[in-house]
Amino acid sequence: MSNIDSYRRNFLTGIGAVSTMAAAVTIAPGVFLREVQAKPAEKAVSSKVRWGMLVDVNKLKDGGDACIEACKKEHGWGDEEHSNNKQDAQWIRKVTVKEKLTGHEFSLPVMCQHCDTAPCVDVCPTGASMKRADGIVQVNKHVCIGCRYCMMACPYKARSFIHETLTDQKPGTPRGKGTVESCNMCVNRVDAGLNPACVDAAPEAMLFGDLNDPESKISKALKEFGGTQIRADLGLNTGIRYQGI
Amino acid sequence: MATKAIFSEVKNNGFGYWGILGVFGVLVLGGVWAFMHMEHGHFSTGMNNQIVWGMPHVFAIFLIVAASGAANIATIGTVFGKKIYQPLGRLSAFLGASLLIGGLLVLLLDLGSIGHVIEMAKGHLNFKSIFAWNMVLYSGFLGIIVVYLWTMMDRTKLAKMLYKPVGIANMIWRFLLTMATGSIFGFLVARQYYDAAIMAPLFIVASYVFGTAIYTLVLMSSFKFTGRELGDAILNRLRYTLAIFLALTLFIEFVRHLTNLYATEHHGVEGFILASGDNISNLFWFGQIIMGSLIPMFLIWCRFLKNNRFALAVAAILAVLGGLAQIYVILIGGQAYPLILFPNAEVTSSFSEGVINPYTATPAEILLGVGGFGLAIAMVIVAVKVFKVLPTTLADSATDPHHTKKI
Repeated sequence: MSNIDSYRRNFLTGIGAVSTMAAAVTIAPGVFLREVQAKPAEKAVSSKVRWGMLVDVNKLKDGGDACIEACKKEHGWGDEEHSNNKQDAQWIRKVTVKEKLTGHEFSLPVMCQHCDTAPCVDVCPTGASMKRADGIVQVNKHVCIGCRYCMMACPYKARSFIHETLTDQKPGTPRGKGTVESCNMCVNRVDAGLNPACVDAAPEAMLFGDLNDPESKISKALKEFGGTQIRADLGLNTGIRYQGI
Repeated sequence: MATKAIFSEVKNNGFGYWGILGVFGVLVLGGVWAFMHMEHGHFSTGMNNQIVWGMPHVFAIFLIVAASGAANIATIGTVFGKKIYQPLGRLSAFLGASLLIGGLLVLLLDLGSIGHVIEMAKGHLNFKSIFAWNMVLYSGFLGIIVVYLWTMMDRTKLAKMLYKPVGIANMIWRFLLTMATGSIFGFLVARQYYDAAIMAPLFIVASYVFGTAIYTLVLMSSFKFTGRELGDAILNRLRYTLAIFLALTLFIEFVRHLTNLYATEHHGVEGFILASGDNISNLFWFGQIIMGSLIPMFLIWCRFLKNNRFALAVAAILAVLGGLAQIYVILIGGQAYPLILFPNAEVTSSFSEGVINPYTATPAEILLGVGGFGLAIAMVIVAVKVFKVLPTTLADSATDPHHTKKI
């Protein structure tokens, strides 16, 4: 091969690489970040959107272990220094279910189900336990008095009370002694146009998107294949739906 | 006020008065220590993310419910015009207010972030929450009690005129207050052991048991220590009030469990409470039912113990302990039983899924609760010395209009 040929090949390879990178940067928000658009800080949360998640339990290889690890890493819960294991926070947990009659067994991650009519919101005396217009249920730590009534009311045992003073918290996840906390659907990431950490940890089994948008992937999947709510009998219209349970 | 009873402050200044006040003062100090201990974080308690409300709440709810029942004695005199009860009204109202303050303080000091309570004063109140309603009902109760006491203790025409209307307002308010306290549990849709409207009437009748029992004990001991005469006519009224409400509470408990047993979804939790042989079921049968209800009813209705004051005192003490057992079983038992996410399945997780959650109260939790009780009684001890709360006599000849006819 002549020097000119070698030069031409390297040149074209270089052009190709730069073009691929440019294309990746341009397309990435659409491909990798799916349908979540970043919300400018000054823009109010809109009720036109209702964020939700769909978990396909059959496709979850580890029953949700990776999701739990990603959540811990994102929000920094679960390794409180003085609390015992029943006092440690647990935003998301892996529940293994074995049906007594058939022996059918499966595991699934259970976290705040982001109910439309959330019992935790109803019972909170101060309004600290609140639902955003876009359906995300979370706790305003500045107003939470730590009465734990929301924990009594939550049908999913999704909430944790912080039993001790915390240090070195994650910047995106304010937490504090004497307040209650739970999965906030990674509100910090969602507002930045990202998926919740657990969804990115198990992309093969989890979908995140706008339940109000009939064209979103999650809406289409739910319309076509359906999705089950845990304790649907309570009529809470949860934002988290499951397939395969 | 309609009665001609004469009231006077407690004149005792000796070791007896200050000694008794000191005993309850020590209980208050114990509560203060417990608060300081728990303020570092609830990790030092037996409470956790499974048993989120523990022993402090048992005491707090007991005291708040008892407050309403203690104030009921005044209601009988005012609203129903029973003259024999009217001299008991002042102590009843004072005791009611003191028990409520004691209970509320325990509840407040157990909060995770007490400092944030100020946010509620700034308007952060959610009136869909029964807790928010309770804040209004509890403060309103104290306000009405103050006015009620004024109508009882002031001799002006206005005070006399308002005596009955305020008494009626107090009765209705108490009714709502106890109902709302029971509804704290009634509105918890997710918990197998709660979520029943019958919790409201259960708490109403239980309040009469707790309140009458504590009132009887306070009345008997205050009259004994101050050397005042207390006749059988009054004590028998209290005695039978206690027994009737013990029976009513038992009846509503019976109906509650029976209806629960009818629904398949509640078989698990009923089996746990009634027949597991666990601490909770032992406390239910031996603490609440046998010791706290049947034995006191026997001590009251047994013909051989008629007019026996020791038997009445023991019955009242047992009713108080039985009441604490009842609240413990409802509160801790209801949380100990796991939430059912998947019926007819065995569930496991790293977060105590599908298992009975154990709970052992730490000394600090018990001391905080006892401290609230100590404060309530200490406030009454101070009140009887500062104000004219106690009648100079409750002898049968002074209280019972039919007394002479009986002889």
